[in-house]
Amino acid sequence: MPLLEVNNIDVSYGDVQVIFDLSLKVEKGEVVSIIGGNGAGKSTLLRTISGLMSTSTGSISFADQPIHNHTPEDIVTCGIIHVPEGRRLFPLMSVKDNLIVGAYNKRAKKDTLLTLKKVYELLPRLQERESQIAMTLSGGEQQMVAIGRGLMAQPHLLMLDEPSLGLAPILIKDIFETVRKIADQGTTVLMVEQDVKHSLSLSDRGYVLEHGRVVMEGKAVDLIDDPHVKEAYLGI
Amino acid sequence: MLYIIEDSINGILMGSIYGLTAMGLTIIFGVLKVVNFAHGSMLMVGMYLAYWTVTLSGIHPYLAIVLVAPAMFFFGYYLQNIVIKPIFIAEKNVREPLTVIIVTTGIWYILDNMTLLIFGPQYRSLSDNPLSGQMLEIGQMFISVPKLYGCITALITALGIYWFFQKTDMGRAIRATSMDREAASLMGINQYKIYNVAFGIGAATAGIAAVTLVPFYNIFPTVGVLFDIKGFIIVVLGGLGSIGGALVGGIIIGLIESVGPQFMTATWTEAIVYGLFLVVLFVKPSGLFGQKHDW
Ligand SMILES: Nc1ncnc2c1ncn2[C@@H]1O[C@H](COP(=O)(O)OP(=O)(O)O)[C@@H](O)[C@H]1O
Ligand SMILES: [Mg+2]
Repeated sequence: MPLLEVNNIDVSYGDVQVIFDLSLKVEKGEVVSIIGGNGAGKSTLLRTISGLMSTSTGSISFADQPIHNHTPEDIVTCGIIHVPEGRRLFPLMSVKDNLIVGAYNKRAKKDTLLTLKKVYELLPRLQERESQIAMTLSGGEQQMVAIGRGLMAQPHLLMLDEPSLGLAPILIKDIFETVRKIADQGTTVLMVEQDVKHSLSLSDRGYVLEHGRVVMEGKAVDLIDDPHVKEAYLGI
Repeated sequence: MLYIIEDSINGILMGSIYGLTAMGLTIIFGVLKVVNFAHGSMLMVGMYLAYWTVTLSGIHPYLAIVLVAPAMFFFGYYLQNIVIKPIFIAEKNVREPLTVIIVTTGIWYILDNMTLLIFGPQYRSLSDNPLSGQMLEIGQMFISVPKLYGCITALITALGIYWFFQKTDMGRAIRATSMDREAASLMGINQYKIYNVAFGIGAATAGIAAVTLVPFYNIFPTVGVLFDIKGFIIVVLGGLGSIGGALVGGIIIGLIESVGPQFMTATWTEAIVYGLFLVVLFVKPSGLFGQKHDW
């Protein structure tokens, strides 16, 4: 039984449909990448799974429970945590307060300090910066806080929307290494990326999204070698 | 010279009470992003509540806080939950829904008119309370005791709210929601519940302000309107959403009102208040203490 199962969903902004009959699965313990160009519908897909948007048809289930009618708060309580595109930190709060807010849900709140310690172990830079105001951090540090804030919620499934967006190459490496560590510690990861090479090389499987439809899916190693992926996304 | 010092002190004291009346307005705006036009009416409801509590029980007017503040919290909490929330849900995709402002205006009219119906138009006052007319004599200066009490209450309230917002989980969740609603939802924070609590806190501070006013201020159904207009100016001066800013904004207004008449006629002091308001809007639209950032 897959941890996350999306079955034949359609999603629209008003009259404009942007996701068409889309299905995907994530097994427990996997790292799955969703790749695709700008406007393919990647963020919309994650926003739908996390309850910010609703499906017009189809279903989404998590650990065998239907969740497509849940509010975003209930979905967080179920254990799906969405680290949104553009980081979306609370700009005037300190790093530490941003992290503590991440543990707001009932399940995570009681362990706040323990989880905070683990997050600091994974991302020591955040501890150095804990009293700094979030908006004054560099882009790479902000992304680390965003990921750390997501971990504070004790995710069963961590969804990352373009964590490498706008970062210098050296920082991109850091971010992907962090994602790998998180996965190795047992968290299932669903990641949206435009940096296809890095994301596929640390994933188990991948989906290619074009114009709101899944056009290809498979093992990450196979996708990297696929001629269409090579031409469209790797520029080879 | 002595007059000016005396007037300044009394102006600062009264101004911090103005700040206290505006504190709830700035909190509600900071979180819900709507101007609560019913804020003065909530203050008025608090004043009637305090008045009747003190009149019927004969307790010291400040003891009424114990009843008025929690009662006003629940009043605000359920007012938002029952009357305002449905509109927020209906206009989910609008960040600053205009219809909510119209509804708060409706609440203002209903509260003022219901009070008029129930208690009539007459002015009431707590004429023989232990604070009434009390003066503190320092050298040749006279300082109003009820206003001094009000000022101390305003400071304690501001510190208390500040502590609550910085140090408690609910306070952090309220701040998070005020900065980015959607990101807050993704942290498992139910924004509508946060709006209820913020509205409740706003109403409770209006209740505390009401308690500080009743020992020396007349109570009548439209008393809130006076404080509404001052409140808007104070909140814009101090910076929307800033608690300390509300206090400072209030003190500035209080000073202009009390010291100004030494130099000019009262109509001119009012002109200065509005002039200052416009200058701040032009020069620093986020107010003296407002922090600008991308929402
Ligand atoms: N708030 C919105 N309102 C209307 N259309 C939107 C909105 N957000 C995104 N879209 C459209 O939906 C499509 C998919 O967008 P998105 O999911 O953000 O793509 P991606 O994350 O893959 O770049 C695009 O055509 C985009 O223009
Ligand atoms: Mg996107």
